Amino acid sequence: MKKTFISAVAGIVALTGVSIASAADYVIDTKGSHAFVQFRVKHLGYSWLYGRFNNFSGSFSYDENDAAASKVSVEIDTTSLDSNHAERDKHLRSSDFLDTDQFPTATFESTSYTATGDNTADLTGNLTLHGVTKEVTISVEHIGGGDDPWGGYRQGFEGRTTIQPGDFGIDMVGQLGPAAATVELMLTAEGVRQ
Amino acid sequence: MLKNSDQAYGWLACAFHWVSAIVIIGLFILGLWMVDLTYYSDWYKTAPHIHRSIGLLLAVFIIARIIWRLMNSQPAPVSTHKAWEVKTGHIVHWVLYIGMFAMFISGYMISTAKGQPVDVFNWFSLPAVVTGESLGIKNMEDVAGEIHEILAYILIGFASLHALAALKHHFIDKDSTLLRMLGKNT
Repeated sequence: MKKTFISAVAGIVALTGVSIASAADYVIDTKGSHAFVQFRVKHLGYSWLYGRFNNFSGSFSYDENDAAASKVSVEIDTTSLDSNHAERDKHLRSSDFLDTDQFPTATFESTSYTATGDNTADLTGNLTLHGVTKEVTISVEHIGGGDDPWGGYRQGFEGRTTIQPGDFGIDMVGQLGPAAATVELMLTAEGVRQ
Repeated sequence: MLKNSDQAYGWLACAFHWVSAIVIIGLFILGLWMVDLTYYSDWYKTAPHIHRSIGLLLAVFIIARIIWRLMNSQPAPVSTHKAWEVKTGHIVHWVLYIGMFAMFISGYMISTAKGQPVDVFNWFSLPAVVTGESLGIKNMEDVAGEIHEILAYILIGFASLHALAALKHHFIDKDSTLLRMLGKNT
């Protein structure tokens, strides 16, 4: 729905030749799966366990000449959690952890984008997870961007942040031990300009 | 006597009945207990392992039981039983058989939802025949898990009804219903 709306707006803008600000709107390429929402958490403190959310959607606006104006918005279907193990996924979705029956979506809405280097920036925004909204800062790297071979134009980023699930009311430490106090989030997004 | 007669159950039919009863009650209690174990419990991995292994072996046992039942004649109903009692008894018996199979299948589908096999003790492992992906069921482990839990209560509910009926026949009607299942030839 959101996507259709954005493309409709983009279509109207293109047809009428209205010139808007040079910031371009991008839709994250979830269709071609050039985007990933992944996490990792330590198992007993002995190894990293990786998982991902298979379904999500999002968009961002980005202007090469005015990166500070960049905005990102992502919506994640928490029921699509996948750690490649049926019984564990069932447990992680249960009320012991993400409680996806009650909180089927997690969202991220950026509030500021501050460059920290040529290709790096701190993206701050509100993460809503398990019904709790907290401000998080994601370290972003601009990987690359330009024309694609099929007539489109793309920009790709990768972001990393560490959250404490306890802040979101998810008791990882009590259930899984102190090594599970923090979870790293790894977000890869290639956007197609609209 | 091994086989059933017109009036009595053979010892094999009795053994099938009581072993299934004990194992099913055991699996129910084990299942209720194991889902609340904490991650650091010594039983966190072993209790579900035992539950899955015994559950799948019970499936084979129940298949053998049904084959034996179909190969054998069934004793005639106790003569003092009313028609509705005979009929209700039959319905409950088949609900119990169907419920058991629904439990085996739904339990197996939790563990194999993503294509992983289920281990039966450290003896052999049963591969996944279908996955959530192949059936087009999103998060099949969750769906199967919910069915498995609800069915467990329904099955135990019907088994309790079945046991209460047997006790009613024994203590109130004072007929041979329960004694016959204990192998007594009355």
